Amino acid sequence: MMFGEITLGHYLALSGLLFLVGLVGVLLRRSLLIVMMSLELLLNAANLALVAAARFQKIPDPQVAVFFVITVAAAEVAVGLAILVAIFRLKKTTSAEDFATLKF
Amino acid sequence: MEQFFFWSLAVGLMAAATAVVTLRNPVTNAVCLVVALVLQAALFVTLEATFLAAVQVIVYAGAVMVLFLFVIMLLDVKAEARRPVPWPKVAAVVAGLAVVIAGVPKLVAAFPAAREPLRWSDGTTPFGAKELGTLLFTSYAPLFLATGVLLLVATIGVVVLCRRDPGT
Repeated sequence: MMFGEITLGHYLALSGLLFLVGLVGVLLRRSLLIVMMSLELLLNAANLALVAAARFQKIPDPQVAVFFVITVAAAEVAVGLAILVAIFRLKKTTSAEDFATLKF
Repeated sequence: MEQFFFWSLAVGLMAAATAVVTLRNPVTNAVCLVVALVLQAALFVTLEATFLAAVQVIVYAGAVMVLFLFVIMLLDVKAEARRPVPWPKVAAVVAGLAVVIAGVPKLVAAFPAAREPLRWSDGTTPFGAKELGTLLFTSYAPLFLATGVLLLVATIGVVVLCRRDPGT
């Protein structure tokens, strides 16, 4: 069944695995740049699941949702990278280990 | 045909995503992310979402990645590459991932609706730019306007964040 015809399940499984890989990146990497790239992977995994749902349920609404996800992701990257640049100016580093001021 | 494209694209996408998460040089990571995003656009085409595939390449692989590479070049990220790899952590994550991946086929098989096979139509896409545009400007018009406000606020916010304080 697994290597037979491609089903909705195949796409959902791929989306889930992509999400897992991105989550590992968010949790384990220390460089904030890589963390943001992993966040992009998470958003893309969600997009893949939405587009697959639109194709198999034959409704266009999930594709519109993907549209909004892409827009919000673009805004998120712009603001996130701006914060990163501002932090780098202050501390000369982008490693998450060096930002522990709020830890107690 | 569907099988060939799905499996080659899926394997490539997972390889590129793993490279994004594991490699040490930020520029390599960014290039791998571009590869992953383009492969995902190709997957959108296999799902007959051609308009979204074009948007994906233009916005993600184009604009967002240029932003990433620009910031990588702006910051001195060479120092990041010299930290030691936490091997016990990596081993634990790989073991956990292996367990999850082994369970995925069983999980998918548990949902009957997920067994619907993919069969390409004769080249006519079910929803093109016209259908999406109509939907965007009718039922989703308030959300569309809110997105415009979001982009404006984000732009102003970025300018304010990155401005050097003239007082200091």
